Amino acid sequence: MSDISNNIILVILVTSFATYLSRFLGVVSSEKIDETSKIFKWFNCIAYSVLAALIARMVVFPAGELAESAIFIRLFVVVVSVVMFLFTKRNLVYPTVASAIMLAILNNYLSI
Amino acid sequence: MINSKYFFQGFKSIKGLDSPALALGASFIAIGALLKNIGFNLGQSIFSTFLTYALPGSLVMAESFLIGASLINIFLAVWLVNIRLYPMTVSLMPLLLHKSQPRWKYYLSCHFIAVSAWLIMKSNYQSIEKKHRIDFWIGIGTGTWSVAIVSTIIGFLASDYLNKDMMIGLAIVNPVYFTCMMVGAMKSLQISLSIILGAILGPAFFFISPEWSILYGGVSAGTIAYYVGEFK
Repeated sequence: MSDISNNIILVILVTSFATYLSRFLGVVSSEKIDETSKIFKWFNCIAYSVLAALIARMVVFPAGELAESAIFIRLFVVVVSVVMFLFTKRNLVYPTVASAIMLAILNNYLSI
Repeated sequence: MINSKYFFQGFKSIKGLDSPALALGASFIAIGALLKNIGFNLGQSIFSTFLTYALPGSLVMAESFLIGASLINIFLAVWLVNIRLYPMTVSLMPLLLHKSQPRWKYYLSCHFIAVSAWLIMKSNYQSIEKKHRIDFWIGIGTGTWSVAIVSTIIGFLASDYLNKDMMIGLAIVNPVYFTCMMVGAMKSLQISLSIILGAILGPAFFFISPEWSILYGGVSAGTIAYYVGEFK
């Protein structure tokens, strides 16, 4: 195996270890936490808010391909998709498919 | 060992109208294409999704790899972006713990904790008896994880045919899916506040510290929401 592919394997192993670590420590802590306790409720709030923070960041300050679209277009697409979700009895297929098409089209015709 | 009835019940969550398969598929197709573009081969790309199975972590890995970051820097960057998995695990596993179930199931299946599987489990756990929840969870996890791996392969193989518009379209599917799932999860004041405040404070803290914004924003938003919910 060449140095580069050895290096790629190491990068993957380091990434997966860094990821598994939080999951593993979470299970260790869970053994002592009762689902009716206050600390469980607090962690539950934090889990939802950390996810919301992550998702909001993906839309407002994206990395990669999304960064090449304008923020007002991204926000518009997200809002329209959520409205679509609420008006289709919480169907997730329509808003997700529509969002990809909307963004691709708007990004072509509205960007300078 | 694993009750197949509950396993398949969970596995089947990747079918149907609220299936995460589309959103997961779109993001891991993008990951597959990205990994090919930065020089991974097919085997390495599969290995990466197989072992990591967390989207933001894989993105950070790809970025760090491109700029030639050291292993320790990659470790720290990935750990920081995936540290959300800790509160997610702590707020899920106590719901699945049962005396009659062996511990290895919990330590192995925590690998499946990622936004999509977590949100499905959180909205369905009450319909499953506590004793069987872990097998149901392993089913959900195996299903979503398989979708991620297959999509990585598709993305890798299709990368030459994916143009810029398609990549941008694929990239929005994931945040849109999760935003809808989160809106769907707003069933109590505490959770609704956690989500709304998190979505505001996360980007707000970005101006102070881009790396720590998710953690700072999430912990402060969750703590405020918790106290408001407890003492209102």
